[in-house]
Amino acid sequence: MPSFLDKRLIFVTGKGGVGKSTVATALGIRASLEGKRTIVCEVAASENTSRLFRQEEVGYREVELTNDLWAISIDPDDSMREYVLLQLKVKAMRDLLFKSRMFTYLAEATPGLNELVTIGKIWELTQLDRKVRHGRKYDLVIVDAPATGHGIAFLKTPRIFANIARVGPMYSQAVELDEMITDQEQTGAIVVSLPEEMPVNETATLEKELRDSVGVSVDRVIMNAVYPERFGKGDLPAIEGLTDSDEPELHAAGRAALSELRRTEAQQEQIERLEALISTPMTTLPFVFEPEITLAAARMLGEAID
Amino acid sequence: MSSIEELLAGRDVCICAGSGGVGKTTTSAAIALGMAARGKKVCVLTIDPAKRLADSLGLEELGNEATRVDPALLEANGVTGEGELWAMMLDAKQTFDSLIARHAEDEAARERVLDNRIYQQISSALAGSQEYMAMEKLFELHSEGRFDLLVLDTPPSRNALDFLDAPERLTQFIEGRSLQLFLKPTGLAAKVAGRGAGVVLSILRRIVGFDLLTDLSEFFTAFSGMIDGFQERARRVNTLLRNPDTTFVIVCGPQAEPIDEAVFFHDKLVESGMGFGGAVVNRVRYRLLADDVDEAGVVRDVDSAIGNPDLAERIGKTLSEYQHLAERDEQNISKLSTKLGGDPVIRIPYLDTDVHDLAGLSEINRFLFADEATRIELAT
Repeated sequence: MPSFLDKRLIFVTGKGGVGKSTVATALGIRASLEGKRTIVCEVAASENTSRLFRQEEVGYREVELTNDLWAISIDPDDSMREYVLLQLKVKAMRDLLFKSRMFTYLAEATPGLNELVTIGKIWELTQLDRKVRHGRKYDLVIVDAPATGHGIAFLKTPRIFANIARVGPMYSQAVELDEMITDQEQTGAIVVSLPEEMPVNETATLEKELRDSVGVSVDRVIMNAVYPERFGKGDLPAIEGLTDSDEPELHAAGRAALSELRRTEAQQEQIERLEALISTPMTTLPFVFEPEITLAAARMLGEAID
Repeated sequence: MSSIEELLAGRDVCICAGSGGVGKTTTSAAIALGMAARGKKVCVLTIDPAKRLADSLGLEELGNEATRVDPALLEANGVTGEGELWAMMLDAKQTFDSLIARHAEDEAARERVLDNRIYQQISSALAGSQEYMAMEKLFELHSEGRFDLLVLDTPPSRNALDFLDAPERLTQFIEGRSLQLFLKPTGLAAKVAGRGAGVVLSILRRIVGFDLLTDLSEFFTAFSGMIDGFQERARRVNTLLRNPDTTFVIVCGPQAEPIDEAVFFHDKLVESGMGFGGAVVNRVRYRLLADDVDEAGVVRDVDSAIGNPDLAERIGKTLSEYQHLAERDEQNISKLSTKLGGDPVIRIPYLDTDVHDLAGLSEINRFLFADEATRIELAT
């Protein structure tokens, strides 16, 4: 088992479209199989995890997907309400606040407040002494975090907020959240990439920014969707011969093989390029030749990470 | 199905939208290059393009202004004639700052906003500010009327729709001046706020802290003189988005998820009264054989052609997998076509190499600017 799964909180991030949700789920399955009670959190409302599990929509409640694997979709409005509920014990005061236009304005107008309460909810999920009533204890919380630019801004929100607020209850809570994110022992980030030009460039920048600017421990770069190296240079003449064939079947076979050979070459170049650009250990995951990522495929991917 | 050129006939703004990682930046650049090759004066507005693509367009020293791509560079890639290609990389913070400068009553008001710490955070970090600034820049260039066509590569939003709401969201945000009224609940403001405002305020102070409320209050005060200007501007940006000469092109990938998102986005555009041009699906595996693949048969036939059973085995498996994915793409795209009614769907094949230079863009344009029959012929 990869040692980062012993942490309490993992953020999975990367460029858009690289398979963050798949990797977050795969890690969740792996951790749950290793006997850890795990929850996968979505912060953007894309609902990929639940889609994979073919269950009803996972909303703002903790839903068990399989044995010891849970999911939640964190909505900022719900997080805000929950936060206020935890802060104000008197029901009349809460009702007054929720009904007030001032509160609505404040919630909408304060920069970063949505992100802050979302991270607040993540913090709450990591607590062994849960704040919400009858809260389950989780060994591991995995966050399917926003893509690159938003991901950096997201993780920096508590610090930015602490700088704006300077003093007061929200200040001390923001400081606590920032300490959680930058805790090298308990919290880690996983960057997902693809063996292509733009994702590789972005991953190299992201890895550096997460470490130097956010201050989170970057534990692994995962190179997703890598083709099997099925052909070598020596196979090229025979394959090219087939593409010249007038026979549709042979021509098609040649085209498919040639495409894969060239793509594999290009992918290997990009993998080497990224390895040279980063200092974090890299794991490659195989391309899944299925129309959609199935539960079995996600499990296979999870087991391929060590 | 028609080419991108037919789709853009008579249009002067083309907005490329779609979720992250589907090739939006590349598609925008290819469309701009292709239209320049057809004699138009085109400007592509992009956000953080891949370094190598930027380099190949000569964009490395670009700031927030449109710069012309060297005609010699275009000529080297076979693009000649009257057309011009311009490009700019959007800097959201800089655009926001100059917007403040435009709307501020005087120097002092401008400085008050620019120096405010909350402004400094929102101008770069507020969700939607990048989206709004992209719209803002588009509006500015469109008003100048220097170009035949503007191609906007929308920012990689968490949600492809974010930028549609962006002008409204920003207006809403600055209208938070009502909050500022509540923060000093005296005189008329107190009457507007109504009974209980004082209590609510004290609860809020307890939760968020007094300092933060004071900072927000200062921010809204500093902003207050600009609200009318901002609202008017947002209204005009909205009008431009709904202009009949503005068209949206949805860019997506062939997998189930991006296709679903494209359908959702299309419906939303139509619902909001925006002009929809068509969809570009990138990285499509075209069906290589009309019939299903009989893997064992392929292995046998390839072996008799090349006399290498081991290689034939690997090739057979590869074709079978390829066709499997091609069928998936075909099903997803046919679903998209159905949902889009008669609107064009342009399929760009999964090329053997990544696209990150002018030559690559020209390669894409062989498909973007062709009709469907030509595309099939080229791709299989």
